[in-house]
Amino acid sequence: MLVIRADLVEQMVAHARRDHPDEACGILAGPDDGSGRPERFVAMENAERSPTFYRFDSMEQLRVYQEMDRNDEVPVVVYHSHTATEPYPSRTDISLASEPFAHYVLIGTRDPEQHELRSYRIVDGEVTEEEVQVVENYMFAHTGTDDVPDPAPRA
Amino acid sequence: MSATVSIPTILRTHTGGEKQVKAEGSTLQEVITDLEANHPGIKDRLVTDGALHRFVNVYVNDEDVRFAGGLDAQVPDGGTVTILPAVAGGAR
Repeated sequence: MLVIRADLVEQMVAHARRDHPDEACGILAGPDDGSGRPERFVAMENAERSPTFYRFDSMEQLRVYQEMDRNDEVPVVVYHSHTATEPYPSRTDISLASEPFAHYVLIGTRDPEQHELRSYRIVDGEVTEEEVQVVENYMFAHTGTDDVPDPAPRA
Repeated sequence: MSATVSIPTILRTHTGGEKQVKAEGSTLQEVITDLEANHPGIKDRLVTDGALHRFVNVYVNDEDVRFAGGLDAQVPDGGTVTILPAVAGGAR
């Protein structure tokens, strides 16, 4: 399951709308502590500027990944938009997926009024859709079972 | 001639989980050959038919080697080689 703050969803959707009909892409960085919580919105340039393809600009990607390394962050979410088709990972998305620990968020903008947002894991060519829970903040997000305390974050 | 190579998450299965490893070589080609000697299997993830994969970004001292000679890019002693899989995809 992806638990995500509403303000981060709004920023991703706004980016996808702004770049429509080209695909928009970016990441949400979060602490490298196993919590899986996206915290920081980073819109990336789509070097392809295409309605059917995206690729992070290689120099921007290097800067952003080095910044995450310095901050002990990981790309918790990798997002992009599908502007004319269902927000389901395409064969290209699956074959190029390179972040086995990321949530792949797809934003559909084919309907001008109502966006679609779905999240997937893509590992070794296998796609698993997951539930998305949008919360106002993480403090009150329900992430564990009722009776068992959440496990301590891994070191 | 030794370089420090940054390994992306998806390739760390080849380096026993290490984020950074040392490799010898004065060109990217030589560095990758040395990487392969110590971390078997990694070369196939980077190179096909004598060229870098299209969807792998490699940087020498923060410069994208695509614009610096590809596999023939010079790697200075003490330099850094950073490997990042391209983040790419799309509806088609």
